[in-house]
Amino acid sequence: MRKLLFLCLLVPAMAIAQTPEFKLTIKDHKFSPAELKVPANKKVKLIVANEDPTPEEFESHALHREKVIPGGTQATIFIGPLRPGRYPFEGEFNSATAKGVVIAE
Amino acid sequence: MLGVAIIVFREVLEAALIIGVVAAASRGIPGRASALGTGVGAGIAGAVLVAVFAGSISQAARGMGQEIFNAIVLGLAVLMLAWHCIWMAQHGAAMAADAKRVTQDVRQGARGLSAIVLVAALAVLREGAETVLFLHGMAAGGGLNALSVVAGGALGLLGGGAVGIALYAGLLRIPVRYFFSVTGVLVLLLAAGLAGQMARYLVQADLLPSLRDPIWDTSWLLGAQSPIGSFLQVLVGYDPRPSAMQMLFYVVTLVLILVGERLVRPVPLKA
Repeated sequence: MRKLLFLCLLVPAMAIAQTPEFKLTIKDHKFSPAELKVPANKKVKLIVANEDPTPEEFESHALHREKVIPGGTQATIFIGPLRPGRYPFEGEFNSATAKGVVIAE
Repeated sequence: MLGVAIIVFREVLEAALIIGVVAAASRGIPGRASALGTGVGAGIAGAVLVAVFAGSISQAARGMGQEIFNAIVLGLAVLMLAWHCIWMAQHGAAMAADAKRVTQDVRQGARGLSAIVLVAALAVLREGAETVLFLHGMAAGGGLNALSVVAGGALGLLGGGAVGIALYAGLLRIPVRYFFSVTGVLVLLLAAGLAGQMARYLVQADLLPSLRDPIWDTSWLLGAQSPIGSFLQVLVGYDPRPSAMQMLFYVVTLVLILVGERLVRPVPLKA
């Protein structure tokens, strides 16, 4: 059981090594860049830095991701492999301004 | 204020619907109301704690603490719902005889209720923690005054609670003969849906592969954020773009519970 757990932790650790990284910043309840181009058919690592003092929830139904990012911290979110296309996301706590889209190509 | 109310409503809705279903499904078990109250109270206390430690939880497990936490909470809820299904299957004969009294044995009833307490607590814990974080953020620096945050929060809470109560009241109108068959199926689907959500978090944490994501896309037909879509998302685990791993968790949970129910069901006495 412990071995299995260890393997479970190891596999993603190995995957991280070759996963391309992209950075998103939340400031004043807006994402920048608001349009993020990532390679299609490949797992991608998003680093989302919340520079606001308030928490934000990164949410995307298209990407199947939902993660609260406390104020002043950054979060890692793996996405994909994605088929080419547009995948909108938003900050649920401030959805009027916090909007963005991942473009896989 | 309305913006705050809508977000709180969305967070509260899931917990309220889950509690509405388990409240109906445990109809007739003595001590049900206080069990639900205990569960909700414990859930709120837990939610505040989780919100306070949100930062540390997020940073745990290489930044995947939140996903793992959510997966564990969902996993426990699935186990408790499964256990409730199987417990109800075992007491099926008594229920058919008298829907108002599942069991007269209070001790036995208490055992049946322990699952309900936990399900209510877990449902409130998960959604409540996000609500507390959101409200705190709004009050601390969202550019809104405290009064409108409190008013919006209260409005959202009341709205979500009202939908849960409406679901409960609606379920109670089902004729007694079919009542436990209907709630049994609802609890079963609820468990499968939560298992699917659990898979989503494990995939998000990169602990499990998605296998194929999505296996289909029905978002053109019924979106996840439409009123009916979000209702069905909670109740039966509807997802317009499920991953294969999510489907796998859903189906395996469904099958395991059905097999468990079959195994414990008392053999009918031949006349």
